[in-house]
Amino acid sequence: MPQAAPPAIRTIALIGNPNTGKSTLFSALVGVAQQVGNYPGVTVEKKIGRMQLANTPVDVVDLPGTYSLAPRSPDEMIAVDLLLGRLPGTVRPDAVICVVDASNLERNLFLVSQVLDLQLPTVLALNMTDVAESCGIRIDVRQLSTRVGAPIVELQAHKRIGLDALRSSLEIAMSSPIGERSTPFPPSFQQEVDRLQLQLGDTLPRYLVERVLLDTSGFLSQLPQVEALSGTDQVHAARQRLAEAGSPVPAVEAIARYQWVQQLVEGIVSRDSVQRISWTDRIDRVLTHRVLGLIAFCLMMLIVFQSVFSWSGPLQDLISSGFGRLGGWFSRVLPDGPLQSLIVDGVIGGVGGVLEFLPQIFFLFFFIALLEDVGYMARAAYLMDRLMSRVGLSGKSFIPLLSSFACAVPGIMATRVIENRRDRFVTILVAPLVTCSARLPVYALMTMLFVPDTSFLGGCITLKALTLVGLYFLGIAAAMSVAMILKRTLFRGDTPSFVMELPCYKWPSPRMVLYRMFDRGWAFVRRAGTLILSVSILVWAASYFPHDVSIDQRVRDEYAMALAQAEATGSAEQLEEVQSQVSNEIAQRHLNNSYLASVGRCLEPIVRPLGWDWRIGSAVVASFPAREVVIGTLGVIYSAGVDQDESSASLHEQLRQARWDDSGKPVYTLPVALSIMVFFALCAQCAATLAVIKRETNQWRWAVFAFVYMSTLAYVGAFLTYQIASLLLPTGSG
Amino acid sequence: MTTLDRVPIGDSVRIERIDGMDEVSVRLLEMGMTPTTSVTMVGSAPFGDPLEVELRGYRLSLRRSEAQRVIVSSH
Repeated sequence: MPQAAPPAIRTIALIGNPNTGKSTLFSALVGVAQQVGNYPGVTVEKKIGRMQLANTPVDVVDLPGTYSLAPRSPDEMIAVDLLLGRLPGTVRPDAVICVVDASNLERNLFLVSQVLDLQLPTVLALNMTDVAESCGIRIDVRQLSTRVGAPIVELQAHKRIGLDALRSSLEIAMSSPIGERSTPFPPSFQQEVDRLQLQLGDTLPRYLVERVLLDTSGFLSQLPQVEALSGTDQVHAARQRLAEAGSPVPAVEAIARYQWVQQLVEGIVSRDSVQRISWTDRIDRVLTHRVLGLIAFCLMMLIVFQSVFSWSGPLQDLISSGFGRLGGWFSRVLPDGPLQSLIVDGVIGGVGGVLEFLPQIFFLFFFIALLEDVGYMARAAYLMDRLMSRVGLSGKSFIPLLSSFACAVPGIMATRVIENRRDRFVTILVAPLVTCSARLPVYALMTMLFVPDTSFLGGCITLKALTLVGLYFLGIAAAMSVAMILKRTLFRGDTPSFVMELPCYKWPSPRMVLYRMFDRGWAFVRRAGTLILSVSILVWAASYFPHDVSIDQRVRDEYAMALAQAEATGSAEQLEEVQSQVSNEIAQRHLNNSYLASVGRCLEPIVRPLGWDWRIGSAVVASFPAREVVIGTLGVIYSAGVDQDESSASLHEQLRQARWDDSGKPVYTLPVALSIMVFFALCAQCAATLAVIKRETNQWRWAVFAFVYMSTLAYVGAFLTYQIASLLLPTGSG
Repeated sequence: MTTLDRVPIGDSVRIERIDGMDEVSVRLLEMGMTPTTSVTMVGSAPFGDPLEVELRGYRLSLRRSEAQRVIVSSH
C-alpha cells in the first residue's frame, strides 16, 4: 500500500501597501524564526517565517510592500506569481493576510480589491487603528467586513494588540470555502477578458488575462502563452473596442476599483471635519517649508552623522583593541609558524579591520530605521528630489548616498526604498564613490606627512584642510558624474515616476527600530562575512608564502653583534629596542620575498606612471579587503612593525625616508601622496562593499562591474593627478 | 480646465482625466487620482518641485511634470 504523503506545511502570504506596518506585523507573528534570501533572477528579498496556528506550524511569506498588484517588471511579477501558485519551487499560499492602514482606508482598499480577485481565503488586518482614531476617523468594522466579504481584524501591530484575533480569524478562513466574489469591472471589460481567455485556454489564470489586457508597459505580452498566440494584436483590438465603449485602458481598472471602494466606505467611514489640522500638518509646516525645511534637514543630518561618529568612536576603539588582545593571546598560545600567522595576521587582522566598522554600520542602520519609522524618510526624498533629478536620479537616492559618507554598506542596503530598478542600480553602483570613513586613515596619514603646512587667510584655512575638502568633493563629483553617465548609457529609460505617499508622522516604535537595525546589521555580517574572511586569508597567504625560514636565522646572524652589545650594556630597554628591530627586519624580508611582493614588482611598470614604487603597489593590492589595511601593510613593508596606524611616529619616519631602489630619490613627494589619495578616493578596495553589491543586485556581474569601473577611474585619476602635480610642483619640494 | 501643476496652494480642484498610458499615468490612477476625485494643493518642495497634494485623506508628492498630466477643473 502506498504511504500517504506527510501533510504539507501550510503557507500564508502577507501583503500590503508600504508604510502600513506590514513588517511590524510579520515580526510580531513569526518572531526571530525567519529565513531570508533572494528569489532567483530578481532583486526581491525572500522573507519566510514560521508561526503556530492551532498547534500546527504555518509558513508566513512576507511579500514586498506594494500599492498595486499590476506587474510591470520581473521584480513585481514575483508577488503575483507567488499568490497564483505559479512561482517554481513554491506552493500556492493557503491564505492571504492583507494589511490595511486604517488611517488611509480608500487607497489601501484598492490593493484589497486586487487581492480579492485572486480567489484565495483572505483576512484583512486593519492596522494603525489608533492613528486613525487620533485623526478622527471612525470605521464601522463589522459593516465593512460584510460589504467586503472577508473577515477584518483590528490591529495595533506595534503594540501587539489584536494578534490572537488575527490568528483565530486565519484558522477559520483557511478551513471555510471562500464566498462568491463579484468582479468590480464593467461588463464590456469582462466580455473582452472572456474572449481573450477563450483563446488562451486554461494556460493563464483569469487574473493574469485581465492584467494582459490592462498592462500598457508591454511586460506581460512577453509571457510565452500570450506571445504564442500572437496575442498582442488581439489585445490591441480589444483595447480599441474598450476605448470606444467608454472603458479605456488603463483608466478602467482604477475607475472600477475605486468605485467599488466608494461603495464600501459609503456611510460607514466618517471623518471629523473639525480636526482638519493634524499634527502631521503642523510638523510639516516647518519640515517641508521652503527655507526652514532645508535648514531642519541639514541640522538633522548633522546630528545623525555627529552621533554616528561620536558614538561609534569608543566602540570602534574597543573592538580594535579587543582584536589586538585576541591576536596577542593567540601569538602567545600558538607556536610560531604558518598557523599562528594565519590566525593572527590573516583572520584576526583582516576580519578585525572590517569589523571595526560595525558600530558605524549599526548606528547608521539605527538612524535610517528611526527616520523611516517616524515617517521622515519620504520627506527627505521630497525635499531633495529636485537636486537629485539634475543627475537623473530621484530624491529617493539621497539618503542612501548620504549614508555612504559613513559607510557604503548601509548606503547600498538603504537603496531598497527605490522602487525603480534602474535608479536603484545606479545608486548602488555610485554609492562606493562617496567618501566613506575607511578612507580617512589613508587621507590623514598622507596629508599629515606630505602636504606642506601652508595656510591662508591668517591661518584660518590650511592647505591640509583644503586637501581633505577637495577629496570629499572629488568623491561627490565622481559619484554624480558616473550616475549621470550610467543613466544615459547602461540604464537609459523613461524617467521613473516620483508619485509617492507622504505618510503621517508617528511616534517611533523602539522595538521596530531596534529590530530593523539588528536585522539589517546581521544580514550584512552574515552575507559579507564569508567573503571578507576568504579574501583576508587569500591576501594573508600572498604576503606570507613562500616563507623562507632561513631568513630568520640570517637576520639574527646579522644582528648578532648589535644584540650582544645591547645585552652587554645591561639595559633592558636597549635590548628590547634591538630585538624589535630584528623582528621588524625579519617581517620586512619575508614580505619582500613573498608572492605579494612579486605581484607588486610585476605591477611596478604599471604603477610607475602614478609615481608609485612596487612597495606602494603591493600595499594597495593587499588593501583589497578594506582600504585602511594599506596602512598596516605599508608598516610591514617599511619594517616599522605590523601594528601601525596613521599616527604612528615610526611609520611616519620610515615613509619620509623611503627611497627609490634605483635612483635613491625620496619615494614620497607631494605628487605621489596626492596620487595615492586620489586613487583611494576612487578605487573599490573594499570586499564588504562588493559583497553587498552582489547581495543587493543578486548578481556577481554588478560587483565585478563596480570593481572594474572604479579601479579604472582610480588609476586614471591617480595618473592624471601625479602627472599634472609633477608638472606644476617643483620636484623634491615634498 | 487646467492642469494640476498650475493650481495655487490651498485650492481644491476636481480631477477630469489623466493624460497618457505609460507607467506614470498608471501610477497616478492607482494612487487614487480617478476622474471626479477632489484634490487639494498643499505646497511645493524648497526648489519648487515636487508638489504635495492631498486626496482621499492622504498626502501624495509628485513632480510638476507628472502633475501636468492631471487635467482638473474647479469645483
